[in-house]
Amino acid sequence: MKQSGRHNSWLLWVALVAAILTRSYRENELKILVCMKQVPQKDAPLKLNETANWIREDVSYEVNEPDAYALEEALRQKEKHGGEVAVITSGPARAQQVLREALAKGADRAIHLEDSAFVGLDALSTARVFAAAIKGEQFDLIFTGLQSDDFGFAQTGVILAELLGWPHATIIMQIEKTETGIRVKRELEAGYFQYVDMPLPAVLTIQSGINKLRYATLIGIKQAKNKPLRKVALAEVQPAISGNLQKIERLYVPQKTKNTEFLEGSAGEVAKKLVDKLRNEARVI
Amino acid sequence: MPDTILVVAEQREGKLNRVSWETVTAGQALASQTGWTLEAAVVGSGISGIASEVASRKAAKVYAVESPKLEPYTPDAFAFALKQLIESKQPKLVLMPHTYQVRDFVPKLATAMGRTVISDCVGYKKEGDKLVFTRQMFQGKLAADVSFGCEPPWFVTFQNGAFRGDKVETGAAAARVETVNVEIGDGVIRNRPQEVFKEAKQAVDLTQAEIIVSVGRGIKEQKNIELARQLAEALGGEIAASRPICDSGWLPMDRQIGSSGQTVAPKLYLALGISGAIQHIVGMKGARTIIAVNKDSEAPIFEIADYAVVGNLFDIVPPLIEEVRKAKATG
Repeated sequence: MKQSGRHNSWLLWVALVAAILTRSYRENELKILVCMKQVPQKDAPLKLNETANWIREDVSYEVNEPDAYALEEALRQKEKHGGEVAVITSGPARAQQVLREALAKGADRAIHLEDSAFVGLDALSTARVFAAAIKGEQFDLIFTGLQSDDFGFAQTGVILAELLGWPHATIIMQIEKTETGIRVKRELEAGYFQYVDMPLPAVLTIQSGINKLRYATLIGIKQAKNKPLRKVALAEVQPAISGNLQKIERLYVPQKTKNTEFLEGSAGEVAKKLVDKLRNEARVI
Repeated sequence: MPDTILVVAEQREGKLNRVSWETVTAGQALASQTGWTLEAAVVGSGISGIASEVASRKAAKVYAVESPKLEPYTPDAFAFALKQLIESKQPKLVLMPHTYQVRDFVPKLATAMGRTVISDCVGYKKEGDKLVFTRQMFQGKLAADVSFGCEPPWFVTFQNGAFRGDKVETGAAAARVETVNVEIGDGVIRNRPQEVFKEAKQAVDLTQAEIIVSVGRGIKEQKNIELARQLAEALGGEIAASRPICDSGWLPMDRQIGSSGQTVAPKLYLALGISGAIQHIVGMKGARTIIAVNKDSEAPIFEIADYAVVGNLFDIVPPLIEEVRKAKATG
């Protein structure tokens, strides 16, 4: 009888220690949301639409490159600390591709604000609908790419932080978890960097080149099919937006303003002509 | 009260960021076209000297926005201080240079005020009474004219090189400097920044270089960069590169020119073996004189070059170095 009693209390201790460890492991976990955007492919030939205020959408699309780095960073943080990675995007049905790829790479769930109307929203409205779509969620971190390859505004992440009342940092090249939150490495111009300590939750905009992107595995692609993909209709988040605060009046091919002078002749002759230009036109000699 | 334009000049660690002169030039041009009054602001701690420096240029007034909590820079403190200033002075248009620091706080500032920022603009147009701001989209393939659909204040940031800092007008007399002390309470600032540091041992600020010799994939091998280095030396300039060269580690990252590197507007930009991908062009198109050497006559770099040489850079550069040395020797 005594022996089984000792065995039981030993089991109790093991259970207690396991519970404590699991709880502290969970406290270390990070719930991360990655905001992703689908943009026209980099070398896609772009044509203006009839009203010349947007492009014709019959082009090939891809994930915005900085967002791919943001996703990769989120997946690495999850691998290190445990937790969850959710991805969100807004756009027509084609935008789902970006989410599927993210799920295939290892994201746990996806949110798709599905409507073509989302494409025309400015950064403020986009941030507002994202905030509305994630209401009630408890993320520790929200990542965005530092800017999009199509608009190039570099604003959505910072605006989202302000709307949520969270601290933020931009153009991030490194993230480490600390006792008090995180320590991030911010990229500045001209080879300068800066570490910043921040509390959680926080929004970070991620710089390209922070890491090396992984490929989705076949198993990952298969598993992606069973991962949750929540669709959010425009009507659900419409109350959050009230019209763009800025408007694209027109889109156009930039005018070539340069009159390029081609210099010809043998290498020696061209060298002399160049020096003449450097001296008399550029005035650097 | 007349409408005002407020240029927020940038200082970092006690020094005025040179790109601020470009924004002042933009402000002066807008002021003269609209008839609005131009004012400027400098934000930081102990920045009265910088405010005076800005006040030497043609502007009606310069605000020195002061608080010990504004040093070091944090987005919380800067957005807080500028919100207070803007609510008090009510400018119609707020202009800033599109630096990494401005990108870090101006969307927060605008959102806190229920407004929007048209960012990274390369110019503006006045169409009747309306102002539209031109910005590049799709990596520079297309341009967009964008207007505000909200009440002022209107926030605009200008791309490096969109305006000429050396064209800024000096005022007949120094503008008045008004110190605005800001109280920033506890709990406003949530980030704790550490010291700014350079990673590369010989990091250079290419935005300050007047002459740049830049290499792209056409340089073929790392050892060939020596040729470009000699040319840069002969001209008294700096060496730089497009992204693939830096990614390969042939030159350090701080030598990178382009949308994810530095944006420069030197007197001379000499592009050797650079095709002219948009991500690169956005970083150097503001150069006063652009000379491009490339084997490919279809290379996009020739769209923006002033002087173009279609040829093999390994044939052209050695005699060019000689000729430059000769020309400099004769004076």
